[in-house]
Amino acid sequence: MSFDVAKVRADFPILSREVNGHPLVYLDSANTSQKPRQVLDAMRELQERHNGNVSRSVHTLGTEATSAYEHARAKVAAFIGAASADEVVFTKNSTEAINLAAHSVGRMLEIGPGDEIVISEMEHHSNIVPWQMLCERTGATLRWFGVTDEGRLDESRLHDLVNERTKIVSVVHVSNILGTVNDVARIADRARQVGARMLLDCSQSVPHMPVDVAALGVDLIAFTGHKMLGPTGIGVLWGRSAVLEAMPPFLSGGSMIETVTMERTTYAMPPARFEAGTPPIAEAVGLGAAVDYLSALGMDAVHRHEREIAAYALKSLADIDGVRIFGPATPEGRGGTVSFAVDGVHPHDVGQILDDLGVEVRVGHHCARPVCARFGVPAMTRASFYLYTTTAEIDALAQGIEQVKKVFNP
Amino acid sequence: MTDQLYQEIILDHYKNPHGRGLREPFAGEAHHVNPTCGDEITIRVTPDLSDISYDGVGCSISQASASVMHELLTGRTPEQVRVIEEAFVALMQGRGQVEPDEDVLGDGVAFAGVARYPARVKCALLPWMAFKDAAARAGALAESGDRQTAGTSKGANS
Repeated sequence: MSFDVAKVRADFPILSREVNGHPLVYLDSANTSQKPRQVLDAMRELQERHNGNVSRSVHTLGTEATSAYEHARAKVAAFIGAASADEVVFTKNSTEAINLAAHSVGRMLEIGPGDEIVISEMEHHSNIVPWQMLCERTGATLRWFGVTDEGRLDESRLHDLVNERTKIVSVVHVSNILGTVNDVARIADRARQVGARMLLDCSQSVPHMPVDVAALGVDLIAFTGHKMLGPTGIGVLWGRSAVLEAMPPFLSGGSMIETVTMERTTYAMPPARFEAGTPPIAEAVGLGAAVDYLSALGMDAVHRHEREIAAYALKSLADIDGVRIFGPATPEGRGGTVSFAVDGVHPHDVGQILDDLGVEVRVGHHCARPVCARFGVPAMTRASFYLYTTTAEIDALAQGIEQVKKVFNP
Repeated sequence: MTDQLYQEIILDHYKNPHGRGLREPFAGEAHHVNPTCGDEITIRVTPDLSDISYDGVGCSISQASASVMHELLTGRTPEQVRVIEEAFVALMQGRGQVEPDEDVLGDGVAFAGVARYPARVKCALLPWMAFKDAAARAGALAESGDRQTAGTSKGANS
């Protein structure tokens, strides 16, 4: 069955609105995705009919809320191929998930001077700063993979970078700015070989392609709900049971304990150990509904649609004089995110004129400033696609870029 | 709609900036960045304001604003600078409701349209805020005591 994008779009109320007198052309899904009615309805239903606090109430509402919250966890676990729902820790977002990992894995491994942590130049700031801070706290050394001119991870120094001193490797699965899909099998093999723990930042992969944690061969992954049709305020840290069980807590307080006396406390088993305080209940339920929505379409079909759109966009943009594309030039090994420059026009101005035409793109350094520096620009313009993106919207983008050129180079 | 924003005068200053380039001697220097969009500017001033030099990277609005500022403030007295600065900041914060005085702001009146775009006000103010810091370091604005904090270039970013 072919992918029916018109049918998909009908589920997203926001896609029918206008911006500045033009139909909305939303090309900023790598920033945050739009939400289908099914997700909004599931959250409203929980708040209107089943609202109670979770994991502590004997009454009916609390029991229903707990059941909905844990049901959402099970859906997310199944979606990523986790061995058990207990391997799914709900967090606020990817950033919190990575901070949790940096803190707790750092303590678990007693990271100290002489130890090394390896990241890459392609990372979002959220997968750079927590590791810099861990190194500052512990005296460990931060090292990183470079990026090639084609916008791919430079693995040529893999054996030097990941060595017997390496304790943690944390890299991105799909770049939020270049769109590159990293085949991390070689890095994961090497990490395992030297006994390092490995985290994969899946913020831009889980929403867009089938991801099976068993096949990835890593210890931990992080992703966020709002980029995959869910609400803001809910993210996920997945970890292999044995790893999560060995990790000490991050945030502390209610819900994460086993027994508390005035002198000391013992901690709950994962995932509760890492979910201190009342969690974002409706948001978890919304994420569960998003997972249902994506599963019903099939992640293979979603991925195929985005690849077609990406191929169309790469060709459309390459045909425009004065447009330079950053990252892989062909759709092979890349996702539906295309960053580009328009000759002589700053991205901020590109974004402003596109917005005037209803075309919403992101401009700036995309929380990946080292990537901009790598390609010698202060900022980029980024168009990012999702299951609701159409070729007509790519045409609107291309026409918008012509208008940008007309304003600045008449 | 963006005709209001991208006035011919702004595009002219962007493509042919006046007084651009960092020069010696100078008494005060400041470097400001807009972390949201990566715009950067460095401003240098002499103690008597006989030269205001600058260099930077950024969008048309921030770069044109630096060029216009150079024209408006170079060689002025501290009192004149205060009046022009206040008029420009008031225009930028006026949400499009302030009628600019061309006698005071010269080419700066072209920025009236920018005030309707809250996301771009920071771009227009970036060089002006950097100038304030540089001038304070140079001791060039001796009599101006109270410092405005509006439109600061240092915002939170993801």
